[in-house]
Amino acid sequence: MLLIECPYCGERPEPEFVYGGQAHIARPQQPAEVSAQQWADYLYRRDNTRGVHAERWRHTHGCGRFFNALRDTTTDHFLATYKVGEVRG
Amino acid sequence: MQPFSGLSLLIRGLSGQRGWTAQWRSPEPKAAYDALIVGGGGHGLGAAYYLASEHRLTNIAVLEKGWIGGGNTGRNTTIIRSNYLFDESAALYDHAVQLWEGLSQVLNYNVMFSQRGVMMLAHTVHDVQVFKRHVHANRVNGVDNEWLTPAEARAFCPLLNIGDIRYPVLGAALQRRGGTARHDAVAWGYARAADALGVDIIENCEVTGILRNASGAVEGVETTRGMIRAPRVGVAAAGHTSVIMKMAGIELPLESYPLQALVSEPVKAVFPCVVMSNTIHAYISQSDKGELVIGAGTDAYTSYTQRGGLHITSHALEAICELFPMFRRLRMLRNWGGIVDVTPDRSPIIAKTPVPGLYVNCGWGTGGFKATPGSAHVFAWTIARDEPHPINAPFTLERFRDGYLIDEAAAAAVAH
Repeated sequence: MLLIECPYCGERPEPEFVYGGQAHIARPQQPAEVSAQQWADYLYRRDNTRGVHAERWRHTHGCGRFFNALRDTTTDHFLATYKVGEVRG
Repeated sequence: MQPFSGLSLLIRGLSGQRGWTAQWRSPEPKAAYDALIVGGGGHGLGAAYYLASEHRLTNIAVLEKGWIGGGNTGRNTTIIRSNYLFDESAALYDHAVQLWEGLSQVLNYNVMFSQRGVMMLAHTVHDVQVFKRHVHANRVNGVDNEWLTPAEARAFCPLLNIGDIRYPVLGAALQRRGGTARHDAVAWGYARAADALGVDIIENCEVTGILRNASGAVEGVETTRGMIRAPRVGVAAAGHTSVIMKMAGIELPLESYPLQALVSEPVKAVFPCVVMSNTIHAYISQSDKGELVIGAGTDAYTSYTQRGGLHITSHALEAICELFPMFRRLRMLRNWGGIVDVTPDRSPIIAKTPVPGLYVNCGWGTGGFKATPGSAHVFAWTIARDEPHPINAPFTLERFRDGYLIDEAAAAAVAH
C-alpha cells in the first residue's frame, strides 16, 4: 500500500485515493478540427513511462480534489506531489 | 532433442533419473538472423516454434532479457477459456483452446492441459443478464458455455457457498472445455520444440535499441550482448512493450499495471474446477501440486515493479473466504506480481506496425496465458507473410483511430 502526500491534506494511505492516469494531457480545444489520429492519440495513447511518471490522483475519501504526482514506476517511490495548474516539479 | 515416451520415462525412472540432457541449447547470438522475436515468454517462444514448424523459417532467434518463462508466463494463474462476447474474440480465443487440446502431443511435452471447467459466478441481476448474453453469443459462435442455476453451480463445485454470503450466487456460466495448464511447461515445451527445429533461444539478452535503415525499415536490434541484424522483428514483450516500441518511435495505447496472484500451502485434492467471480473479484483453482492458485486484481496505478499493494490481495482473499468458507484457515505460501499491458478495449493488438518489418503482439492485459498457442500461431503467420491471419486481422493498432474497438471489458472486467 502506498503512502501518498495530498498537497492539501498531507500524507494519507492509498485507499483514500483514486488513480487518475497520466497527467498533463490537454483536451484539443477544437475537437472538430483535429484529425482522427490526433483524437485517438488524445483518447488512448499513453507514455506508459518506465521511470518518472507524471500522473493524476484524486483524494476521493478526503478533500475530494485532484492533484498531480511524480512517481518512479520502477520503484513506486513518490518524488513530489503538486497542485493542478502548477508546472511539473 | 531426446523425445519423451512412456518407455523413455520408465527407463530413466528405473535408472535414478540419470542421463537426461539439456532440453534446449544455450547458443551465443549470431550476427544475423532471418527474423527475431523479442520476449521469451509463451507467446514469443510459441511464435518462434510456429515460424519454424509451419513457415520454414528456422534461422531465427528469441531474445529474452531474463530467463524464459520468467515473466508473465510464469506468473499467471493458468486459466484457459474462450467464452468471450464478440465474434472477433471468440474466434481468437477458441483458436487457442483448439490448439491447447492437441498441444502436448504436438510438442511431445506434457503441458498438463486439464479441461476441468471454468465457472463464472453471477451475484447480481446485472451479472445474470450479462452472463446469459455471453452464453447465447458463445452458442452462436460455436463456443460452449452454459447457464447453471445456483443449485447446479453448487453441484458442479460442492465447496461453493451460494447462500450465506453478502452477495448470494444467483447462477453461473460454465465453460466445460475451459480449465488450466502447467504454465512453466508451456514455455519449456515451446522452447524445446523450437530449439529442435534450429531456433536459437538467447537468454540474458536485453534489447536496448531497434535499428532501422534509411527507408525506415527494421534492420535489427541492439542488445546487451551486441548488435543482431534481422529484416523482421516481432515484439512479444508484454508489460514492457511500450518501452521496446518507443525505441522504434512507436507510441501505443497501452498502460502497464501490476497484477497479483498467490498460492496457498499445498493440500489434498479438494477443488474440482476453476471458479471466477467478477463481482466480488476473485478466482481460484487447485494446482496438481495441491496449492490453491488465487488471482487478485490489478493495482490502481501503472508500474513496472512486479509487486503490488497487500490490500489488493487481502480483498481477493476476503472474497475467497466468503465463497469457500472451508479455506478460511488455510495459510498462504507465496504472492507475487506480474506487469500486464492493458489496452483501452481490453483486447490485444497482434499486428503490423507503421515501421516495415516490425510486428507487435501485445495488450493481452490480465488474460494472455489462455491465448498463448492461438496468439503465437497467428503472430507467426503475420511475421512470415507480412499480413495478418484472418483471425487476428481485426486486432490492429489502427482500430483505435478508426473506431473499431473490440470492447471486451465485460469479459475481462475481472483480472483473469
